[in-house]
Amino acid sequence: MPDRIADIWGQRTPFARDELWPVRRDQKLAEGLTDADVERWVQSACTLCSNGCACDIAVKDGRMVGVRGRAVDTVNHGRLGPKGLFGSWQGMQGADRLTRPLIRVGEELVETDWDTAMGRIVERSRQLLAEKGPLSHGFYTSGQLFLEEYYALAIIGKAGLGTPHMDGNTRLCTATAAAAMKESFGSDGQPGSYEDIDSCDAIVLYGHNMAETQTVLWMRVLDRLAGPDRPLVVCIDPRETEVARVADVHLPVRPGTNLALMNGLVRELLVHGWVDEDYLAAHTIGLEELRATVEQWTPEAVVRTCGVEADDVRRAAEIIGTSERVLSTVLQGFYQASQATASACQVNNLHLLRGMLGRPGCGVLQMNGQPTAQNARETGADGDLPGFRNWENPEHIAELAALWGVDVDRIPHWSPPTHAMQIFRYAEQGSIEFLWVSATNPAVSMPQAGRIRGILGRPELFLVVQDLYLTETALLADVVLPAAGWGEKQGAFTNVNRTVHLSDKAVEPPGEARSDLDIFLDYGRRMDFRRNDGTPLLDWAGPEDGFRAWQECTRGRLCDYTGLSYERLRGGSGIPWPCNDEHPDGTVRLYGDAVFPTALDRAETYGHDLLTGATVGATAYSAMRVDGRALLKPAPYAPPHEGPDAEYPLQYTTGRTVYQFHTRTRTGRARQLQAAAPSAWAEISRHDASLLGIAEGDLIRVSSRRGEIVVPARVGDIRPGTVFAPFHYGYWEQNRSGPGEHPTAANELTATEWDPVSKQPLFKVAAVRVEKVADGTGPAPAPTTAASRPATPGDVPPTVGGRDAEAREEATGEAPPRAGRPAEVS
Amino acid sequence: MLLPVYLGLLHRSEQSLAHSFRQVADGHAAEPDVLHLCRTLAGQCDAHAEALAPIIDRYGEQADDEPDRLHAVALGSVRSGPLGLLRDLQDLYLLASLVDITWTLVKQAGLGLRDEELLGIVADCDAETGVQLSWLRTRMKQAAPQALVVAS
Ligand code: SF4
Repeated sequence: MPDRIADIWGQRTPFARDELWPVRRDQKLAEGLTDADVERWVQSACTLCSNGCACDIAVKDGRMVGVRGRAVDTVNHGRLGPKGLFGSWQGMQGADRLTRPLIRVGEELVETDWDTAMGRIVERSRQLLAEKGPLSHGFYTSGQLFLEEYYALAIIGKAGLGTPHMDGNTRLCTATAAAAMKESFGSDGQPGSYEDIDSCDAIVLYGHNMAETQTVLWMRVLDRLAGPDRPLVVCIDPRETEVARVADVHLPVRPGTNLALMNGLVRELLVHGWVDEDYLAAHTIGLEELRATVEQWTPEAVVRTCGVEADDVRRAAEIIGTSERVLSTVLQGFYQASQATASACQVNNLHLLRGMLGRPGCGVLQMNGQPTAQNARETGADGDLPGFRNWENPEHIAELAALWGVDVDRIPHWSPPTHAMQIFRYAEQGSIEFLWVSATNPAVSMPQAGRIRGILGRPELFLVVQDLYLTETALLADVVLPAAGWGEKQGAFTNVNRTVHLSDKAVEPPGEARSDLDIFLDYGRRMDFRRNDGTPLLDWAGPEDGFRAWQECTRGRLCDYTGLSYERLRGGSGIPWPCNDEHPDGTVRLYGDAVFPTALDRAETYGHDLLTGATVGATAYSAMRVDGRALLKPAPYAPPHEGPDAEYPLQYTTGRTVYQFHTRTRTGRARQLQAAAPSAWAEISRHDASLLGIAEGDLIRVSSRRGEIVVPARVGDIRPGTVFAPFHYGYWEQNRSGPGEHPTAANELTATEWDPVSKQPLFKVAAVRVEKVADGTGPAPAPTTAASRPATPGDVPPTVGGRDAEAREEATGEAPPRAGRPAEVS
Repeated sequence: MLLPVYLGLLHRSEQSLAHSFRQVADGHAAEPDVLHLCRTLAGQCDAHAEALAPIIDRYGEQADDEPDRLHAVALGSVRSGPLGLLRDLQDLYLLASLVDITWTLVKQAGLGLRDEELLGIVADCDAETGVQLSWLRTRMKQAAPQALVVAS
């Protein structure tokens, strides 16, 4: 059996254009167990990235003992990646799971019962409501809960308390995806499908290290690349990622200059006439402004600003402009960088220029980072309103008020919901005094971590943290609530190509841990939130009631769930929304008819100026007569605010490694994954290493204006002048909320700054300096299997998993599933 | 012809606005969006003032001998705290409004003179002033509830 730590993507199953991706069944069981030992297989989908691979959880003696990919599912056709195989179930079973609520007594967190813990939360909540009103309350949630949980939270916040201060860590990962789709198409909602990989002639990855962030999606690409009519690949990334290695054109763009490059690519299409004039005339507005904005960005101008080769810019534009079917995918290299929304909109613009949407192979995938980020956005648990409703449209607010049985004025809609960075600012200034954090770890994951820890630790702030483990953030809390997680509770969630999966409960949660839904419902009951008719605001008995309530909320909206049910989601494949009477088997691609949800009564937003984030407003939007057409929105390039200088001469960027997720809450507790990428490092180029006298494995200090990390150096294949650090490594293993002697969290260095439209923080643009601290004792702990590989391979032993990491992999030759068809049931 | 009076007024008020954006940027640097956007917008105002140069070359620039009642002086100093931010943004809004209406009136003169060059410059600059006003409104509307209801 293959070692799936050493062999991340497993064996190839090549296929040709327009064929179906072959099935491969991947499976991992606990040491010593065989299929015969498994008592039950319980249907679910993996929650360790946004891909949403369907799987069955193996159960024996009331414990999760393994996992297998679901061959009938259109997302993964049976496959799982290393995180799914090893992390999904083992990550829930750390010996240090929280099993009882904790409350703060002086410096200590001490165990207590649920009544006491919830009583304390409700007491503080009521007191603040009486004294200061709902604007004293903030909620910061996740991209990893289930949709029923988010929707409950959204109702509690918006109709129960009436606070606009609700956001999720989706702000850090997918806010720009949503913002770009809203600006271009009028609403959130992924135009493309994973099936576009099967049919494309070119695939362009914009700041998207798919090989590591969505390993199973990358297997699909690799299988096309191994097939007879290989699509062309264009990669835009400052690192020499696996994607860059197979690319026909690699543009190692200077961090902070994406928009200049995009303006240059758009210009090439216009100059060469690689556009669909009829489509543009019938289905878009804004061409002249777009043309004027990009005019100055000749390939030579792009070269000067972005540090790439002019021929590569021309060749990339030619591939985008002339391939018959182009698929684009976009992720954090764009979303977490300067002018994020404007850059992501330019990707949409390239597709609009060519009229390439809604047909096989012609998709845009504005990706997500997290498994259920899509639901946080849809349900309004983050800075949005439920069902892609528009806070500036009074009729949309009235619909919500009717659904929830409350007055319109109860629902905050006087300005957009407050984004996460602003919520933390209000907490810093003391006007938010109650902050409830669920399933996320801002003490490590938010920019300028030292500042964030200072805010979370303010004695005036009442902090509630609900999680699986005692995270760095939980250590700072006043009340810690032990949550049940994946496999221990039931709920539905939606992946990045709109595919909805049901995740059933496989085992009981440990100790007294409760599902996030139960916790939110309990808070709602104790606060006695009611509808106008006096009945309880949230009367759900469990998740399925929540799902039904959510279906009503989506009726007639783009994300229509009304044709789904728990029953329909069992047995077969996940189903992509909209799924309703009109589309009973779901919808594979949006906008094949080139009618966009931009009409005044439908739009989720009236749009923003992309340079400043100024809102356009209903009057001006109405005057634009967008009426179902898409918007070609440009912005002029502006240089990053913190560039390298004499004091901090290098550029800093952060990201993921293939074996870990987030702050390792789960992956760090799966031994195969943890062993493969055990602790922090920083990557520098061979060029910079030799200038600074640094060798592989030496201890280095990377410092910025905000802080420093002290970690071993990996001398790797990164753009000279650029330093990369993985963002997974905080301090929970040392039982600390912040650093001791050797800080390791990549966010010690990042700046508090965000995109003006999506409000997504800039994790990939900062200036740093590097110095050697001490000789190394061995190579850096960075994996050799992906982008962090050493520049000189012979120097470092390869990353392997050994017998422990062997997993079953079987290409069965069975008929693959196809999305949008009535599902085969198994 | 008294267009030079208005060109002078416009030129000076763009300069005052640029200066004021910079002051607010530096004075509220703990609000990163205010810091960066006010600097960007100050740069736009500089560019507007420069863009007027060829027009001023042709028509001249003349001080106004009307007694000033409300005039475009730059912010003297910035305030602090959430309420201070709101008030400072509001001052910027007043200044930017003055700039905006002055562009409009200069445009009217340009139409009367059929001066294509002047009209081209007005179109570019006034559109940006319009966005500046929208951004200020957007940011103030976002900040007002918290600053006026909860902050102390
Ligand atoms: S690709 Fe993502 S969803 Fe699929 S198994 Fe890996 S971590 Fe899980």
